[in-house]
Amino acid sequence: MKTLMKNGDWAVLAAGAVLVAWLFGALWGGGAANKVIIRAGGKLFAEVSLNRNRIFTVPGPIGVSIVTIQDHRVRVARDPGPRQYCVKQGWLSRAGEAAICLPNQVTVTLAGAKRLYDSLNY
Amino acid sequence: MTHSTINIATTPEDHHIAKLAALAIGLSLIDAAIPSPLPGVKPGLANIVTLLVLLRYGFNAAAWVSLLRVIAGSLLLGTFLTPTFAMSLCGAAASLLTLRFASLLPQRWFGPVSLSIFAAFAHMTGQITLAWLWLIPHAGIAYFIPVLSAAALLFGMVNGLAAAKWLASETETSDVSAPLASSP
Repeated sequence: MKTLMKNGDWAVLAAGAVLVAWLFGALWGGGAANKVIIRAGGKLFAEVSLNRNRIFTVPGPIGVSIVTIQDHRVRVARDPGPRQYCVKQGWLSRAGEAAICLPNQVTVTLAGAKRLYDSLNY
Repeated sequence: MTHSTINIATTPEDHHIAKLAALAIGLSLIDAAIPSPLPGVKPGLANIVTLLVLLRYGFNAAAWVSLLRVIAGSLLLGTFLTPTFAMSLCGAAASLLTLRFASLLPQRWFGPVSLSIFAAFAHMTGQITLAWLWLIPHAGIAYFIPVLSAAALLFGMVNGLAAAKWLASETETSDVSAPLASSP
């Protein structure tokens, strides 16, 4: 092993490892969320940090949705909508993730350091 | 009944390159048979041969072996002129180009492992670029890059060590052509 790897080879290997680690951080880790945005009927209901555990009761046209923030994650714990899509989505923790309770017009969105797009069209 | 044969004048060097290319083709068939967890993650065993040829016989021979391997390998696998072939060719071309420059590095400090890692990264970059320009023009392809580059580093190192080991064992035995000549 020692004769097969020269000093420069170790340097190249180390530089490669650093590059790979950096790529993981830059391309995968950019989604750390730090803020929760809750909207009701299109209007801002609350914009709070993800760091504090809280429970929000959000009123909508057909009832009350309950949004829970816990351990840097957020979920819709209860919703009066018939299909429960936003509840079934479970815990959200990455920037750009969203839960939308359409019948009750409540949305929960996670935001990170920089704003992400949902989709782009050309 | 007359036998009509066409004789192409071949030099011993041509035979040598053909033998080495055959070895590389064999390795790329083994490569294709290994199941891959993700499209694009392959050991790239044939690059061991490309490296050996580069270090023993120079860049031109390595380019011949590499391109013959891509073309003949794709004929055997049934992928000739398909997107798979284009990806393979693009990767091989990018890695050859990089090897051309990487082989100028001082050999005292940089051995086959460095060359192999550079070639593996170039191979991946060439393929990703082609895939992005042509096959999947979507920014989501960037999510693959960390995994593919980790694989490039790992397999680049392993292939480089294999080439270094082979070269070391060849210089120990005086008959330098024996291991290559006995290849199928």
